[in-house]
Amino acid sequence: MSAEKSENLSWIDKRFPLTETWKAHLSEYYAPKNLNFWSFFGSLAILTLVIQIVSGIWLAMSYKPSAVEAFASVEYIMRDVEWGWLIRYIHSTGASAFFIVIYLHMFRALLWGSYRKPRELLWIIGVVIYLAMMATAFFGYLLPWGQMSFWGAQVIVNLFAAVPVIGDDLAVWVRGDYVISDVTLNRFFAFHFLLPFVLAALVFLHIVALHHVGSNNPDGIEIKEGPKGNRWSDKAPADGIPFHPYYTVKDTVGVVVFLAIFSAIVFYAPTMGGLFIEAPNFQPANPFQTPAHIAPVWYFTPFYAMLRAVPPMWGSQFPGVVVMFAAILILFALPWLDRSKVKSMRYKGPITKVMTGIFAVSFVVLAWLGLQPADPFLTLLAQIFTSLYFAYFLLMPIYSSIDKTKPVPERVTS
Amino acid sequence: MRKLIIATLVLLLPAVGFAAGGQVKLEKADIDLHDQASLQRGAKYFTNYCMACHSLGHMRYSRMAEDLGIDDKSLRENLLFGDAQPTDMMKNSMRPADGEVWFGVAVPDLTLVTRWRSPDWVYTYLKSFYADPTRPYGVNNVVFPLVGMPHVLGDLQGVQEAIVEEHAGHGATITGVKLAQPGSMAPEEYDNMVRDITAFLTYAGEPSQLERRRIGIYVLLFLGLFFIVAFALKKEFWKDVH
Repeated sequence: MSAEKSENLSWIDKRFPLTETWKAHLSEYYAPKNLNFWSFFGSLAILTLVIQIVSGIWLAMSYKPSAVEAFASVEYIMRDVEWGWLIRYIHSTGASAFFIVIYLHMFRALLWGSYRKPRELLWIIGVVIYLAMMATAFFGYLLPWGQMSFWGAQVIVNLFAAVPVIGDDLAVWVRGDYVISDVTLNRFFAFHFLLPFVLAALVFLHIVALHHVGSNNPDGIEIKEGPKGNRWSDKAPADGIPFHPYYTVKDTVGVVVFLAIFSAIVFYAPTMGGLFIEAPNFQPANPFQTPAHIAPVWYFTPFYAMLRAVPPMWGSQFPGVVVMFAAILILFALPWLDRSKVKSMRYKGPITKVMTGIFAVSFVVLAWLGLQPADPFLTLLAQIFTSLYFAYFLLMPIYSSIDKTKPVPERVTS
Repeated sequence: MRKLIIATLVLLLPAVGFAAGGQVKLEKADIDLHDQASLQRGAKYFTNYCMACHSLGHMRYSRMAEDLGIDDKSLRENLLFGDAQPTDMMKNSMRPADGEVWFGVAVPDLTLVTRWRSPDWVYTYLKSFYADPTRPYGVNNVVFPLVGMPHVLGDLQGVQEAIVEEHAGHGATITGVKLAQPGSMAPEEYDNMVRDITAFLTYAGEPSQLERRRIGIYVLLFLGLFFIVAFALKKEFWKDVH
């Protein structure tokens, strides 16, 4: 922004804080200068949300949310709508890309201790975003009305039926019918259309909270508490650089690399060997023919593996459902489970590093297990890795307080 | 009440009518979607041999003709039957209920068969019928046990017999098929015909796939150039950050 304001700009600024907002959030928002590879995923998450909203609106222009027409309307988009195949593959690939980006974004928070004081609310808003994403993905997966859409929704809605006493009524209430039907499809479409805008609002809150407390960095040091004064301002943190242009140009590089990988999938492997679009979903939903093997899409499979790992108790699947939801809800408690003196993994001790490694491996193994048909050996593996997943969180208050830490430097390291 | 019964059925129905095909090794279809002559022959075979029962309900005749380089005259003379128009979907007049009476199951639409099975599956399936007098149409299939349909291409391929492997006291498994009585086509001729049909069905499963692969290269090239510019820009801006 030039020093002298144009007449038009000052006209706007008297009525809307345009220059002020630009400065506060971009040109004079000071981000730590040592952000690395892991910091790309925040901006990429916003990009994937935008990709999903835009491609989704264009799909909605030709999609028909009716049990009779839905499947054919998707094929109509793939064949008769100009560039419809591209829009559809962008949307189906975008769903998986969104989860990959968010999982890496969340893992980054674990590495840098970004959930610790003063970022507890920032983290909690993030977990709410993750929940909203999962709901959106679940509603959206029914829409193509293929076999896996139908039976996947059947399995997940039946989780509600496992709730004691009110379960059956609850499942009927969710479906709006005794089976997954046209009614269910209609309401899922409505929610699938609504939730992305709720997501956008949550992302806005996430950024408001972020810019209030300031960005974390690989060292887990609060640059606001360090020395003041840099080339741009005497009051700004010495280790901060303006987000624009430094991180806008840097994130552009990340965006281009992401888009290259994304396009390679869209144009050369849109089904990703059955991971992003499952083969049975090319058959229209048939309530009278259960597929030989029902598996949710890969981003839900860690939790699906946990659900199957818990044996039914008192003739009910409910304990498994509780474990599955607990695996997600425990994320809310993370800021208070970590008792370490330091934030970043760089300065944490060996126990924490090993536990974080075990946690990451458990998550990936559970994702793989959730894709496999259940057998006794794999169920045993799922039980072991589910226990390890929870051990990471539940034992954290102990190991994080006894673990040796390294001294944290005063200033960020490059 | 009816809904409740349906709901109960849905929850109780075991996985029926699904081809196992787990033990059988699929043959490579080895199709070439750039070979228009092969796709055209496949379209001809499909409309003549398969389409009486199997529709291609998501495929339009005119789109097929355009993509496969078939002119309007040939389309009307060779591929359109009855009062079908070029802009129609490739449907047939068989009703689902008739299929259930004649074959025990509604005849599936095949537009997407290569996508929920695979091209190799379709190719192998069409080569894996064998004589089985216990079945209503006298044939069974190695990759699709207890299949409902007759071997429509049987006169061309001939009669195949199952190769049975006996396990002492543990029943028997079918490991393959062998030709027992030649048909009107030599085995290689039949393989080529089946390959053409598979190629055509693979095209029909996703008509835009060749265009998709063609455009992808330009998109990736553009992003490659964009990367060079973006990376240079980043380097330039970050020169003064220490």
